[in-house]
Amino acid sequence: MSDTHAQTVAFVRETEIPPSPPPASEAGVIKWLRENLFSSIANSILTILGLIAVYYIVVGLGPWLANSIWQSDSLAECREILDGANGACFAVIRERWNQLLFGFRYPVDEYWRPALAFVLLFVAILPVLFSHLPRKLLIGTALYPFLAFWLIWGGSVLIPIVALLGFVVGAVAYSMISARSFVGAIAAAVIAAAATWWAGGLLLRIGADFLALRAVPSRDLGGFMLNMILGTVCVSLSLPIGIVLALGRQSNLPIIKVLCVIFIEFVRGVPLITLLFVASVILAYFFPPESNLDLVLRVIIMITMFASAYIAEVIRGGLAALPRGQYEAADSLGLDYAQSMRLIILPQALKISIPGIVNVAVGLFKDTTLVAIISMYDLVGLIRGPILASTDWNGVYWELWSFAALLFFVICYGISQYSQWLERKLATDHR
Amino acid sequence: MNKSVFLGALTVVGMAAGVASAATLDDVKSRGTLNCGVSTGLVGFAAPNTSGEWEGFDVDLCRAVAAAVLGDPTAVEFVPTTPKTRFTALSSGEVDMLARNTTWTFSRDNDLKLEFTGINYYDGQGFMVPTELGVSSAKDLDGATVCIQTGTTTELNLADYFRANNISYEPVPIETNAEAQQQYLAGACDVYTTDASGLAATRATFENPDDHVLLPEIISKEPLGPLVRHGDNEWGDVIRWTLNALISAEELGVTSANVGEIGESSNNPEIKRLLGTEGELGAMLGLDPNWAQQAITAGGNYGEIFEKNIGENTPIGLSRGLNAQWTDGGLLYSPPFR
Amino acid sequence: MTAMSDAPTQSFRLSMLLYDTRYRGYTIQFIVILFVVLAVGYLVSNLFANLAEQGVVLTYDFLEQPAGYDINQTLIEYNNQSSHLRASVVGALNTLLVAAMACVLATILGVFAGILRLSNNWLVAKLMAIYVEAFRNVPVLIWIIIINTVVTSVGSSPRVFLTRGGSVEPESSLFLGMFAFTNRGLYIPSIGLGSGWLVVLLAFVAGILGFFAWRSYVKKKLFQEGSLLPAWPAWAILFGPVILAMVLLPGALTILRPDVASNNFNIQDGVLLGRPLLALWLALSIYTGAFIAENVRAGILAISKGQTEAAAALGLRPGRIMNLVILPQALRVIIPPLISQYLNITKNSSLAIAVGYADITATLGGITLNQTGRAIECVLLLMLFYLTISLSISALMNVYNNSVRLKER
Repeated sequence: MSDTHAQTVAFVRETEIPPSPPPASEAGVIKWLRENLFSSIANSILTILGLIAVYYIVVGLGPWLANSIWQSDSLAECREILDGANGACFAVIRERWNQLLFGFRYPVDEYWRPALAFVLLFVAILPVLFSHLPRKLLIGTALYPFLAFWLIWGGSVLIPIVALLGFVVGAVAYSMISARSFVGAIAAAVIAAAATWWAGGLLLRIGADFLALRAVPSRDLGGFMLNMILGTVCVSLSLPIGIVLALGRQSNLPIIKVLCVIFIEFVRGVPLITLLFVASVILAYFFPPESNLDLVLRVIIMITMFASAYIAEVIRGGLAALPRGQYEAADSLGLDYAQSMRLIILPQALKISIPGIVNVAVGLFKDTTLVAIISMYDLVGLIRGPILASTDWNGVYWELWSFAALLFFVICYGISQYSQWLERKLATDHR
Repeated sequence: MNKSVFLGALTVVGMAAGVASAATLDDVKSRGTLNCGVSTGLVGFAAPNTSGEWEGFDVDLCRAVAAAVLGDPTAVEFVPTTPKTRFTALSSGEVDMLARNTTWTFSRDNDLKLEFTGINYYDGQGFMVPTELGVSSAKDLDGATVCIQTGTTTELNLADYFRANNISYEPVPIETNAEAQQQYLAGACDVYTTDASGLAATRATFENPDDHVLLPEIISKEPLGPLVRHGDNEWGDVIRWTLNALISAEELGVTSANVGEIGESSNNPEIKRLLGTEGELGAMLGLDPNWAQQAITAGGNYGEIFEKNIGENTPIGLSRGLNAQWTDGGLLYSPPFR
Repeated sequence: MTAMSDAPTQSFRLSMLLYDTRYRGYTIQFIVILFVVLAVGYLVSNLFANLAEQGVVLTYDFLEQPAGYDINQTLIEYNNQSSHLRASVVGALNTLLVAAMACVLATILGVFAGILRLSNNWLVAKLMAIYVEAFRNVPVLIWIIIINTVVTSVGSSPRVFLTRGGSVEPESSLFLGMFAFTNRGLYIPSIGLGSGWLVVLLAFVAGILGFFAWRSYVKKKLFQEGSLLPAWPAWAILFGPVILAMVLLPGALTILRPDVASNNFNIQDGVLLGRPLLALWLALSIYTGAFIAENVRAGILAISKGQTEAAAALGLRPGRIMNLVILPQALRVIIPPLISQYLNITKNSSLAIAVGYADITATLGGITLNQTGRAIECVLLLMLFYLTISLSISALMNVYNNSVRLKER
């Protein structure tokens, strides 16, 4: 065969020809452009519209950012430097940086305290966010609220220690009795904790200055710090309340169920701003005059109520999504209600609910800006009030608002990216 | 059974709540600070400065009261209040007094159970328009768009005035002074109306104040004054007479500079009674004998406070006008100290 | 064997209240209700004690009194002598107006952005992702303020359009002689009703009825005989009668153009969509649109890839795959969160107070509250209003959810 072949054909290629490059229209940038931007007429029109939009944004923002001024004492001075050119006057952020972050009443020498609390927040929250970290770190997370309280509000270190001690004593009492009766253990824990706090209150009168940081009244909190405090405090308080409400709404006991439904539907049915009106103009009437709940505390109460109703609904969704068999399996093992919830149902339901809870948390953090409407100086209130009203910075809208938007964006986008990562991670063991 | 438990519980808590005391003066003394409700930021009257210290005309009144009661003008917690929250803050006991350019009206005094303890500024509602519109009287404003800062008596006065003169307008209600300025300067409204003092303060912050003119019409009486809760007369008297002391001090020539020695050196018996070197006026109020001296030392007499915060040498540049002493043709007239 | 257990004792012992599951429920409920009653009783008695101490009585009489203030945007007759109650109704209608407008626009924006974010056009998908993330992650209050600032500074003052009785040459003229975008809002022409307007209206209604009748006829024909009729007669039936009526009765409907001559301050006549309404409407729509886009995207992604492939295998074009196969199925997933977004719009519209739009929070919860000082009464009424709206929308949603639930047989 090969012989005939050799005689009839003048030339036989014995090596493969190297692959030639694809045609220009099917390679590299052009291919990418063709497939991704100009695959059809409609697509091309969309692309051109998109390019026009991008062009306008760049032309509008480019010079404004490029000519921005960071060194100046007032808007008038900025305008003088710019001399008619289009440019941002970011000097206001530089000059009011501390106020924007800490409010204008927080003592200047003590800025390190909230800053430290902010940094520690990340340390404390890491073991919650990433489950592969050693579980021992959770002890630090449990200690964090007390430490942060002491750092931000100041006063004697005994206050948070007594508060912590109450919880520890309560937990010890609980673990001693929980083997015999769940209800009894809860009652014992509450009594033990209350007794500790009462005794601690006596101790505090004596040692009011023991290791005291300068006390800062909550009225003096402000700026982005106030948003952060409201957000973290209210979300963490509303989680346990939300779980209780969700369980109550799913319970067989009719009165408890009705109470939970009324609470949840009422709170979800009204806008947060009306609840904040309640905090600012009504709530004080519901307490004895000498109780003197300050505005921040009243706002925390109302926002926590608000958040817990939403979290309760998210968790209820998680509870409802569990297969019926899980409940029946728990019952057939002979577990009582508390045990089956604690050991079987809640761990699974909470896991399903995590993305929803994170969504509520992000929404709530954004909603903390509404306190500006009831005359609190959070980031938005501070910009709307003192900064824009001051003679120096009257008229600096874009710079301040884009700064505020950026701050919120960074945090909220971070949280939502984390939530998506978590969702993907959790999704693997379901499918 | 359930019902009787409920009623029992109600009685117990009701009794517990009923014993709340009404003596604000004692509360303030035992607390060591005065809680004073001010506005959220009106330059010249009450606004935090760059370093976060509150300053202004109303703020100095708070400081004078704190000095009179506690001997320390810095022992004041300033509680910023909006038009919406101010009365509740007072009624619910969150603040001890309001010094927040609040107009004394019949219904506030009687229906809301508040007590106005004097007038520290005689104001009236005015209009500001851009000069280029060529308007010289408020009666020419037919069809104009008017920016109003809400939550004050301004809306009502405006509605009354335009109805009485049978001219139409478009109201644009706005929450904060800064936003009103933004709208007004952008031309989104033709007119900005609020108290004349506020207009002057606002105009002072503009890039070109001369492009704007205040119209001659003052369409309302706005007696602004400090107020306290109804029914606590001792505390009300302290505020009333602290204000009167500041006014009398100006009339009698007592200033923050000479207040230390004039009580001894003067031959005027009223000065001596005022400053506590003669008589027992302080004790009658439940305060130290030198209460008025401390109040005047805090920020000066009425005239000094006025000049420092809103007078003609400040950016706000208000003349005394109605707020001059009665001896100078104004309305300030303090009852005698005797 | 004597392993038989004792017969249960029938007598009731007190400890059974705690340990017997048959009775424990009653004990727990009793304790809870006791706590709730005590807590509520404590708060309410404080309230009455505090009010009594100040000599204030809760009363709603103030609602009857003249409000005394003016409102710039009203849907019903209102002047400053109307009662506070009427002012509240004006506010409530304004809330519903802006909420309804925002629901429509947000849905349109959201559906577009959601679909385009899944488009295979890289640039558009990225732009939409930026839009969605930027708006979802910044508080709505900040967006409302920013958009209000945009509207204020982009629009010019209406003064530039004015001729002041023909004495001045205006700097700008109206777009098409009818529209003006100013920082006081958008001026559009209004429609004047002349004699015979009823006929035009009837013709319009007839056109709509005819349009649907024709459509169902076409469908019937298609399904029964398989012949597809052309589409143009439908449009002729829709618009024909109206155009005919307007030609026959030339004075029935007139367009009232905004008038730039008669007043020195404002454009007169026409309809003004005020700046507060415009800013709030745009802000709520764009903000909520970002959320709806995410719902739409999630709904579309929830439909399995096989559906698209099956439709493609049947030879449907991409547009028809979306319209006929994907969207009808995705809607089942999209609608429930969509309705809760509508609820959010209604609730977020209470932030109108930041731009000066006269919604119910600004009238009843704002100026009326300030003027009368009746804080408790006003805030309670305000909550009642929002609660009614929310609960009725939720009820509607439940009805809908039940009707579209997959019928499992």
